[in-house]
Amino acid sequence: MAKQGQPPRLALEGITKRFPGVLANDDVSFSVAPGEIHALLGENGAGKSTLVKIIYGVQHADEGRIFWDGEEVEVANPKVARRLGIGMVFQHFSLFEAMTVLENIALGIDEKYSWRELQQRVTEILKTYHLPLDPRREVHTLSVGERQRIEIVRALLQKPKLLIMDEPTSVLTPQEVERLFETLRQLASEGCSILYISHKLHEIKALCETATILRGGRVVATCDPREESARSMAEMMIGGSLRDVSRKRTADFGPDRLKVIRLSAPREGPFGVPLKEISLNVRAGEIVGIAGVAGNGQNELLAALAGEMDGAEHGAIFLNGKACIAANVGERRRDGMCSVPEERNGHGSVPGISLSDNTVLTARYRMGLTGQGFIRYSAAEDYARNVIDTFGVKATGPKATAGSLSGGNLQKFIMGREILQKPDILVVSQPTWGVDAGAAAAIHQALVDLAAAGSAILVISQDLDELLALCDRLAVINGGRLSEMMEVEGISIERVGLLMGGMHGEDDASAALDQEEHSHAA
Amino acid sequence: MRLKLEARREPSRLMLYVTPALAVLLTVVAGIVIFTLMGYDGLGAIYQIFLTPLVDPYRWQDLFVKAAPLIIIALGLAIGFRANVWNIGAEGQYIVGALAGTGVALATWGMEGYWILPAIVLAGILGGLAWAAIPAFLKTRFNVNEILTSLMLTYVAIQLLFYLMRGPWRDPEGFGFPQTRLFTEWQTLPIVVPGTLIHLGVPMAVLIAVVVWVILSRTITGFQVRIVGLAPQAARHAGFSARSTIWLALLTSGGLAGLAGIFEAVGPFQQMTPQFPQNYGFTAIIVAFLGRLHPLGIVLAGMVLAISYVGGENAQTAIGLPYAATGMFQAMMLFFLLAVDVLVRYRLRLVVPAGARATHERPASGQPAGAKAPEPESASA
Repeated sequence: MAKQGQPPRLALEGITKRFPGVLANDDVSFSVAPGEIHALLGENGAGKSTLVKIIYGVQHADEGRIFWDGEEVEVANPKVARRLGIGMVFQHFSLFEAMTVLENIALGIDEKYSWRELQQRVTEILKTYHLPLDPRREVHTLSVGERQRIEIVRALLQKPKLLIMDEPTSVLTPQEVERLFETLRQLASEGCSILYISHKLHEIKALCETATILRGGRVVATCDPREESARSMAEMMIGGSLRDVSRKRTADFGPDRLKVIRLSAPREGPFGVPLKEISLNVRAGEIVGIAGVAGNGQNELLAALAGEMDGAEHGAIFLNGKACIAANVGERRRDGMCSVPEERNGHGSVPGISLSDNTVLTARYRMGLTGQGFIRYSAAEDYARNVIDTFGVKATGPKATAGSLSGGNLQKFIMGREILQKPDILVVSQPTWGVDAGAAAAIHQALVDLAAAGSAILVISQDLDELLALCDRLAVINGGRLSEMMEVEGISIERVGLLMGGMHGEDDASAALDQEEHSHAA
Repeated sequence: MRLKLEARREPSRLMLYVTPALAVLLTVVAGIVIFTLMGYDGLGAIYQIFLTPLVDPYRWQDLFVKAAPLIIIALGLAIGFRANVWNIGAEGQYIVGALAGTGVALATWGMEGYWILPAIVLAGILGGLAWAAIPAFLKTRFNVNEILTSLMLTYVAIQLLFYLMRGPWRDPEGFGFPQTRLFTEWQTLPIVVPGTLIHLGVPMAVLIAVVVWVILSRTITGFQVRIVGLAPQAARHAGFSARSTIWLALLTSGGLAGLAGIFEAVGPFQQMTPQFPQNYGFTAIIVAFLGRLHPLGIVLAGMVLAISYVGGENAQTAIGLPYAATGMFQAMMLFFLLAVDVLVRYRLRLVVPAGARATHERPASGQPAGAKAPEPESASA
């Protein structure tokens, strides 16, 4: 597959990796040419992460061979990988919030640089690749996009010949995504290969020349994404035809079911974001979206609405016209509001207990799962079975522990647990985060059906596509403040993106960079 | 060849039950080795500590009498430990409970009536409860670590005991000995098995175990405790208040420790003396863990630790083992338990060196020990 007789930068041959009970990679072979932007596409659980961990030396294949520039290599650990010239930008950053950009970079590299040298190199890279980032800023003041740039600089310092990007755009604004793509294209034009892992098809279409599609640990197809449609690639990815979410938009909404007036709340945790005077309303039959980059007050908003703040929130919340700011979690549930937090494990569910017990957590108020202080285990089990059946949750039964379910199935279970309570108001955060396309479609359909039945739904999500597909109106949360509400029909994506970027001005960073250079020159 | 720990997909239920027994076994083996190295008769020491109390029917009553307070305290602690509330000061609550009951006993001294004993016992419970309320208040109001406060309050309780014994509560006819009067028959626990030392506290311990079992396994309160311990955020989402759980856990464990204390005072002791603290409050921590925080397990573990107490006394007289040996045994039991606990989540595996195996025969063992435990891909998404 090598271009012009050149050996491929990276070639995998028959990579197989087993975990107890799972075949994560099954005889995977593909190759990446020098300077190629190569997509690794697949649903969650398809084996993408395991594969890149093997390439980066974090894990080791049980079978198969890895070739680097035509020669067989053994990547014993990430250090070896970096020495070969493999750089990796992980989906989850490992940064110290309280330290500066430069300090963080210094901590994450193998080579020893003097402070001055490092500063110079970093400034050079930032300039070469037009990355707006101020090396002296403390990390906790940075946007997610800026944080990602730290990781990219870290990887570029090693002068990689192959850069692996693991789901890099999942938390970026549209503008940040565009900027990232420019950087990646520039790198590729200089001969650096890029292995780009994602399940976002239109991005892959826009960026990549080749795509290797994984399903169930196997390579099911190799294609040129520029010649495929997003739909055809999605169908290769899930191995079936894609179900469309049918949403009949209507302007016919009922009365306000949820009304929030000037809601303020303290931040949760040292790097949380306090809510500042948020006002919104959701009418019966309506789906309203809250867009925004992670860490802009989404967690606080969900906690304040659900009543999880223990009374620390101020302002007014009306459920079906009834004031509930002073009500606790249970009272708000009884009054008709259910919620699904972003984190499935340990917030939405308890991994170590059964699905049946997990229904007792939130469904006991509305579904009569307790009586006289005792848990009605048989009722809980029936309800869990009902959720499993109705939502097609793949589980061995109500007695299966929540932790034994895959992410998508657990999310379906949690969504089902709330939806079957027939709430008047449902607040969900990141309903399809890390969920495979099939499950995501099922969840979206369930939300649409619930709205059609007259419930009011508030969806908090970082996935703008999801919000555009589902919602009637949406607003953007940034720095704990909510933008004005916009009708989704005819909405300007660019404007939404700008609102998402909000106060994290790219311009100060560029200005700082110029200043830096200035002081060097002096 | 070497041994390697490999993560299990699900915690092993078998190991959950086997590891406590394994810990006891390892303690026995280590005990033999250590005492032999120290120049004692190692096997004899183990025989004295672990078997004499069992083979001598005359000592059985001692076992029950020692086990009762351990079980009662451990039941309360287990509730807290399940909720991640670490009450380490049961010893202090035990002492203050006993002191509170003793106060009532001294105030009602010479009176008659069936109400007297219940009043004393109630005072005992309230005393322990009040002592545990201090860490609960500090934790919920100022977020002060309850491990430190409850532990430090134990030493305050001991000093309080010493003060009361030497001063205000000293027996006026006691020739200046620092101890209280002997309690009257209206003030002491009835013996339930005639001709033995087995007092009402022993069946009470079993009864409390059953009640705690029902609460933990069947009620929403027990569920709350479990969830708060397992996943605090999920508990909040479920509407379980962390604050009320802390109060519940500390007051329950304090109250039960106080109950155990007053039972001990109006049972075996029949008066209050500076020798009253027997470290039951600390040993009960081991009982709770050895019993896997499960009420029935705690009853069994309470018996095991009672054996080590009774056997420790045996070994002192029979082969001159130091008193500290008992404590050492108890500590070893806890350490071994904590150590073998790893088997619940991991399995041991013999690894053949990578070069010595054919690739396709034992593929799963090719992963070096340094590699991370396997995680499904969705975990990183």
